[in-house]
Amino acid sequence: MSRSLTSGDPSGSDSASTRTARGEETPSDAERRQEARPDGTARDSAPSVDRLNSRRRRRLLGIVVLCGLLLLSCALSILIGAKLIPPNAVFEALVATSSTENNVIIYELRVPRTIAGILAGSSLGLAGALMQGYTRNPIAGPSVLGITQGAGLAVVLAVFTLGITGMLGFIWFSFGGALVSALAVFVIGSIGRGGATPVALALAGAAISALLQALTSALVLLDRQSLDTYRFWKVGSIAVSDMGLIQRVLPFLLLGLLLGLASAPGLNALSLGDDMAAALGHNVARSRAIGVAAIAVLVGGAVAMCGPISFVGLVVPHIARYFAGPDHRWLLPFAALGGACLVLLADLVGRVVSRPSEIQVGVMLAMIGAPFFIALVRRRRLMRL
Amino acid sequence: MTESVRVPPAAPAARVRERKPLRVGPLSTVLRPRPLLVLLGGLVALVVVFACDLALGDYPISPLGVLRTLLGGGDAGDRLVVLQLRLPRALTGLLVGAALGLSGAITQAVVRNPLASPDLLGVTSGAGAAATAVIVTSGTLGGISGAVAAFGLPVIALLGGVVTAGLVALLAYRGGVDSFRLVLVGIGMNALTVNATLWLLTIGETQDAGRAMVWLTGSLNARDWDNVVPVGLALLVLVPLTLLGCHALGALQFDDDTVRELGVRVNVARGALLLSAAVLASLATAAAGPIAFVALATPQIALRMAGVPRPPLVVSMVLGALLVVASDLVSRTLFGSLQLPVGVVTAVLGAPYLIYLLVHRYREVHT
Repeated sequence: MSRSLTSGDPSGSDSASTRTARGEETPSDAERRQEARPDGTARDSAPSVDRLNSRRRRRLLGIVVLCGLLLLSCALSILIGAKLIPPNAVFEALVATSSTENNVIIYELRVPRTIAGILAGSSLGLAGALMQGYTRNPIAGPSVLGITQGAGLAVVLAVFTLGITGMLGFIWFSFGGALVSALAVFVIGSIGRGGATPVALALAGAAISALLQALTSALVLLDRQSLDTYRFWKVGSIAVSDMGLIQRVLPFLLLGLLLGLASAPGLNALSLGDDMAAALGHNVARSRAIGVAAIAVLVGGAVAMCGPISFVGLVVPHIARYFAGPDHRWLLPFAALGGACLVLLADLVGRVVSRPSEIQVGVMLAMIGAPFFIALVRRRRLMRL
Repeated sequence: MTESVRVPPAAPAARVRERKPLRVGPLSTVLRPRPLLVLLGGLVALVVVFACDLALGDYPISPLGVLRTLLGGGDAGDRLVVLQLRLPRALTGLLVGAALGLSGAITQAVVRNPLASPDLLGVTSGAGAAATAVIVTSGTLGGISGAVAAFGLPVIALLGGVVTAGLVALLAYRGGVDSFRLVLVGIGMNALTVNATLWLLTIGETQDAGRAMVWLTGSLNARDWDNVVPVGLALLVLVPLTLLGCHALGALQFDDDTVRELGVRVNVARGALLLSAAVLASLATAAAGPIAFVALATPQIALRMAGVPRPPLVVSMVLGALLVVASDLVSRTLFGSLQLPVGVVTAVLGAPYLIYLLVHRYREVHT
């Protein structure tokens, strides 16, 4: 303290500057820089502004690269498939409106599939990042709120009681199941003293998930037809061959994406802890309610469309955090874009490796994504939540 | 509130209420009545439920008859039902529940995360993937077949669990065991093995997929003494060792530097505790299949009932055993010939209770 008061003294600052030149840092240096930072006039603040700018540039570059990657994977996803169609024929089919075989394949199989992949990947990636942010827990994925289990139970119930089969019949059941279970988790988590604390939310979610999962297992064990539907539904697939299905969930997903991306400042405040966020003027309860609503709509829509693709929501946020850092204003778009890219690429590989049949995207994602993720985790610098 | 009014301002403010220390030789501890009461209550309930599990069923036997049979009396029918059918099954449930409860409590305390469970160490999902692979390929795809598959299933599940846990530990090791890195690697490995299981379920015939689903839900059907002995022996060795080593758990709640300053060897303590948790969980999984909810929920239930800051090991063990034995009783008696797997009932019994505790929080506890 006494040193920082004498900063005008030439001899004092001289010795300090020689020390910094040698790469050493004394406590008083750090202290002085801290004091100099707010007004921005001290000479040490220039490098930190530079660092900030370069970090911002790097993140912007990351967004641009991810957008490019997404476009590339879209193109590949439309170009490559079970039937080999040369690129110029694909292009012709895209612009012309004839009803040749190629045209049908492109318009009724590959384009819907690509759109479903983008929507599901970005929704689940974003929802996972939101979930981990709101519960402040690295193990939390969208399935922790009981959403996928709720959707699963609703699907099995629809098969068991009404004998419905086919994705178009399931969609409202699974969407409804997802919303109801998310609501139940939120109410249970916030009913006790202290409101919806992260621990209460996470535990309520775990309890509800286990309960719904157990009921689903019981039904599946009772009924052969339900088991047959469930085991394929559970893996998840983006092979949606019906634009009607996509059109029905699209408004919900867009609403969820908007709500989710808009909650970034609130999440940043919440990551300092509830008390700090409240002291900064954030309405903690409201921002948490909005967050849960966004997660429920995003995951419910995606699960209704494609089934639970479990890996995206859990792991993509960690990968995104590694590149974007902990600031949610950057992390959330990174997670959404990264999720979309990963789902499309994994689906592509799943289509190519075992032609003419295919491996489901959920399985392929884990097979490609998990080793990559583990390699990332093993790096020196760990991005903590 | 009234106390703080009575204390004059000059006196040292906010005196901590004294607790009577208990000293035996060089050891000293603090007696806390509430965890002890919870433990005693749990033990009593466990004995009652265990006795009911032996007495009730399609062929009901009076409690006195059960006692007589256990002591060596009773007629041949009673002896067959109690000693050969019900006792091994109930004991398997008890041991599996205890192992899962203890394993979950250790994992949650070491990783410092209330959502953590041995699943994160890859044990359950690895065992599940190995077992599903055997079941699905045994009948139709011409892999390991018939009797070999049936006999070797627990062994293969055990191997799958231990190998996966070893891989997680190996991949997470970087000059030390960091819990956060361990958790992340566990998530990755878990995703890998779970999706492998799902994929195996879709390529198999419906018949085999159904059998695999029963195994994957966890079941105590037709467990005999061969299932009891390995788990029992392992618990006999591991539980005392773990309880001896658990004094380090208190220190492990802090960050690594503080733990070192407190004189605990971080990596050794953390590694040994997690290893014992992994072995306990994989033995339990090999004996009864992955009974999912017990390891996750019982430590949290125990922590809230006992009113302590981190999952209590012994109480979790007793409550885990209680949950599994009670679920077995319910699944055998309430649903008649249906015989729901025990893994379904544990969640149906345990989840509402955890929810009740969450809603009725009389004390804010964080892990």
